[in-house]
Amino acid sequence: MTDRAVRRPASAARSFWGALPLLTLIIMIGPVLAGLLGTVLPAFGYLPAAGLGAFSITPFTDLFAWNGIWAATRLSVITGFAATFLSLAIVTLLMAGWSGTRAFRWLETLLSPLLSVPHAATAFGIAFLIAPSGWIARMISPWLTGWERPPDVLITQDPLGIALTLGLVTKEVPFLLLMALAAKGQSASTQRMRVAQSLGYGRVSGWLKSVFPVIYAQIRLPVLVVLAYSMSVVDVAMILGPTTPPPLSVQVVKWMSDPDLSKRLIASAAALWQLALVIAALGVWWIGERITARLGLAWVERGTRNLHLDKTTRPLGIILGTLSALSVLLGLLCLGVWSVAGFWGYPDALPQSLTPKNWARHWPDISDSLITTLLIAALSVAVAVTLVIACLEAEHRTGRSLSQKALWLIYAPLLIPQIAFLPGVQTGLLMTGATSGLWPVTLMHVVFVLPYVFLSLTDPWRNWDPRIDTIARSLGTSPTRVLFTLRLPMLLRPILTAAAVGFAVSVGQYLPTLLAGGGRVATLTTEAVALSSGGDRRAIGAFGVMQTLAVIAPFAIATLLPYWMWRNRKGLHG
Amino acid sequence: MKTLLTALPLLATLGLPMAALAETDPADWDAVTSAAKGQTVYWYAWGGSTATNDFIAWVGDRVSEDYGVTLEHVKLTDTADAVTRVLTEKQAGQDDDSAVDMIWINGANFASMKEADLLFGPFAEDLPNWQYVDVDGKTVQTDFTVPVEGYESPWAMAQVVFMYDTADMDATLPTAEAMLEWAQANPGRFTYPQPPDFLGATFLKQVLIELTDDNDVLAKPVDEANFAAVTAPLWDYLDALTPVLWRQGQAYPATGPAQLQLMADNEIDLAISFSPGEASTAIANNQLPDTVRTFVLEAGTLGNASFVAVPYNSGSKEGAMVVANFLMSPEAQLRAQDPSILGYGTVLDMSKLSEDERTAFANLDLGIATLSPAELGTVQPEPHGSWMTRITQEWTERYGAGQ
Repeated sequence: MTDRAVRRPASAARSFWGALPLLTLIIMIGPVLAGLLGTVLPAFGYLPAAGLGAFSITPFTDLFAWNGIWAATRLSVITGFAATFLSLAIVTLLMAGWSGTRAFRWLETLLSPLLSVPHAATAFGIAFLIAPSGWIARMISPWLTGWERPPDVLITQDPLGIALTLGLVTKEVPFLLLMALAAKGQSASTQRMRVAQSLGYGRVSGWLKSVFPVIYAQIRLPVLVVLAYSMSVVDVAMILGPTTPPPLSVQVVKWMSDPDLSKRLIASAAALWQLALVIAALGVWWIGERITARLGLAWVERGTRNLHLDKTTRPLGIILGTLSALSVLLGLLCLGVWSVAGFWGYPDALPQSLTPKNWARHWPDISDSLITTLLIAALSVAVAVTLVIACLEAEHRTGRSLSQKALWLIYAPLLIPQIAFLPGVQTGLLMTGATSGLWPVTLMHVVFVLPYVFLSLTDPWRNWDPRIDTIARSLGTSPTRVLFTLRLPMLLRPILTAAAVGFAVSVGQYLPTLLAGGGRVATLTTEAVALSSGGDRRAIGAFGVMQTLAVIAPFAIATLLPYWMWRNRKGLHG
Repeated sequence: MKTLLTALPLLATLGLPMAALAETDPADWDAVTSAAKGQTVYWYAWGGSTATNDFIAWVGDRVSEDYGVTLEHVKLTDTADAVTRVLTEKQAGQDDDSAVDMIWINGANFASMKEADLLFGPFAEDLPNWQYVDVDGKTVQTDFTVPVEGYESPWAMAQVVFMYDTADMDATLPTAEAMLEWAQANPGRFTYPQPPDFLGATFLKQVLIELTDDNDVLAKPVDEANFAAVTAPLWDYLDALTPVLWRQGQAYPATGPAQLQLMADNEIDLAISFSPGEASTAIANNQLPDTVRTFVLEAGTLGNASFVAVPYNSGSKEGAMVVANFLMSPEAQLRAQDPSILGYGTVLDMSKLSEDERTAFANLDLGIATLSPAELGTVQPEPHGSWMTRITQEWTERYGAGQ
């Protein structure tokens, strides 16, 4: 190994780089562990603040004696799997059937910014679209439907959670698509497809057989994150999900905020049950992956060209993808219309009048919280991107990559339901004296932003052609110079994408902002969710529009800046 | 990290016996106002109503002008979040600078904070503007039958009214039974916020008061021995009502204001409100059609007061008292009662005010959908807080957790 002598750094520098991943792990895992402890203790009856100090399993027996437990559990599990499977299926069909086409690029441009739209705002938009008195019904009533009044049918908040699942799918499709696109650049998909098609495979079957396995391997963690998130989501479930009973996570929040403090015991027990469900679901998904891999391998080995598959699946993919994008876009448009609406009764397709009054009224709140939102997002993304790049560079320099176990730890904040550890985190923050203010919130955001940045940046970073490094080093360039003059500029697109994703994640955080800020830190999201309980669509509309605008900018930069920077470097437009 | 975690239960117990002492005696008003100058008061108040948020912003401007107190409205979705916050602080030994300086509170939240010694006080009856408060005519010294004893200061009166759309309904309904009959004749056009939402629970209590013969038993804590017997008429009523509710009772609006949206969408024709002026205010804000009016039941409707309380560990107690006092001022009360602003009932006694102030109140245009004080009729007292808890619990088991 001749390059060993070249690459060996001084031992002090080596221990510095070696310590970085550990530091990052502590930042990520410390709050989660402390928070979990704050949940486990009350789940077994220990909550001194409420005068309860005896350990027992009563909270669990109470939980399973609640007559809504199985309906709530079923909802959590079914919506989780259905939303994840559907989102993945739509993204797969889209990429398989349309990758590289004009329609695909058009849809990609349409979907990518949608990722940034806060979940709550999307959910409200969709609720107002599909409700019996919603925009769709208004447009076709009464002339087509004969509905002089909205029909009394249960479309949102249905007991099966169909509306909730659809709401989640429309948000997760852009997320998975963006992750898959980031992975695609490193998957040699064009070459693979060229080979597959020259062997006579259909577009869809060729993609599924030759490209999908490579891409899935890279987006596996994001898929699992979608599964864990969909099972335990709170805000979307409160808007679109059923309430009699609600999904488990919503019920935890309800018990957690009950004035009767002893209810926190059953809430903690339910939070642990939610955690167990998520872990079990991840296990089931893992088994599903093995089975799919085995079946898929058999399918590949059979060598059928499956040309007929293109006829059915290509239209299906583009229709589902377009529907998903349209429902979010129309929902957003709806928020926009509501934000300037005068009185708007059923069945008018548009408000009786438009007025700037709503905006004038909410502007002082909006502008204050906008500044706070941007500040927290910028700081937490800066910290997260720096840490992630430092970790990856450390991995490169020490030659020791993060073990698979350590990786799972970094993603723990995304795989563990927020409600299971955030209340405990609040106690921990208080004890270190960081009671409130921007810094605790920013640090808490880093915990959630960092995994997403890591998620989007790791694979592009690792898949960077090492020969470039070898050549540069053999010409006498220092590792730091390689980093700043070659690696970072070449990876500009994934870095900016990662930062934009992180920015959107930060802007969308509700529970962490509320708990770490002690309620004193008002962001666009905390303000919007507070308003949402009142159902004032005009106020929600104004805040939703503003949230969307606030996160569109980083995505625009992530898309446009590389084009400008690389305007004379055609080879970098992967 | 390890020492930090093992210290947690220890610190929590240390926090318990610490006395909650005020830096300033509430009765020494000059000392209070001078200490308050420059303080920032974080008022934890429900943020779901635009009208309320605007009013609180105005209060902030006024106390800043007059007393140099900065008021920050922390908008809550649920008042219990603030209670939880103070509790968590106590658990962590944060005894002198809470994130919370003042809470909009009443009922069960007040009862549990008072019982757990999480409140500062007594202070309310030492405030200068207490002299104007209608102590005899309004329930400002008990809160859901729990004695207030100066641990919270009143700022608004609420009374149950029903909002109905005259475009769809011909006549008002005098009793709970009449409401049931109307709902059966018009299925899907009535609903109430899902308990344990405050307003939904209020609807249950209102029906119980209507149906029960024995109101005295409701003034006492729930006795499990006769709970089933006392509440049986309520469950019979709801068993009959639920199938003819909006969405057959499979879904409910989350909160009171969410009902306004349903009414504007013409999904429902009838809804409960805890603020006689809410309908007029909502019409002015384009949230309701101008055909909506209100009515009360023949036998009267439930009423209670909204209060503000100060946590034992607030770092700005003087500033909070200044705000609490300002909320009881004739100026703030007049503005709160104006339906184009807020439409909340005043806690003041008109006979204790100056001639000018009385005239100003009398000249208020209450709005097209607001009943006059005379039309509002009898105010029924709140049952003991434990009834709300138990009824809500029972409701959730029967209607809120799986069909």
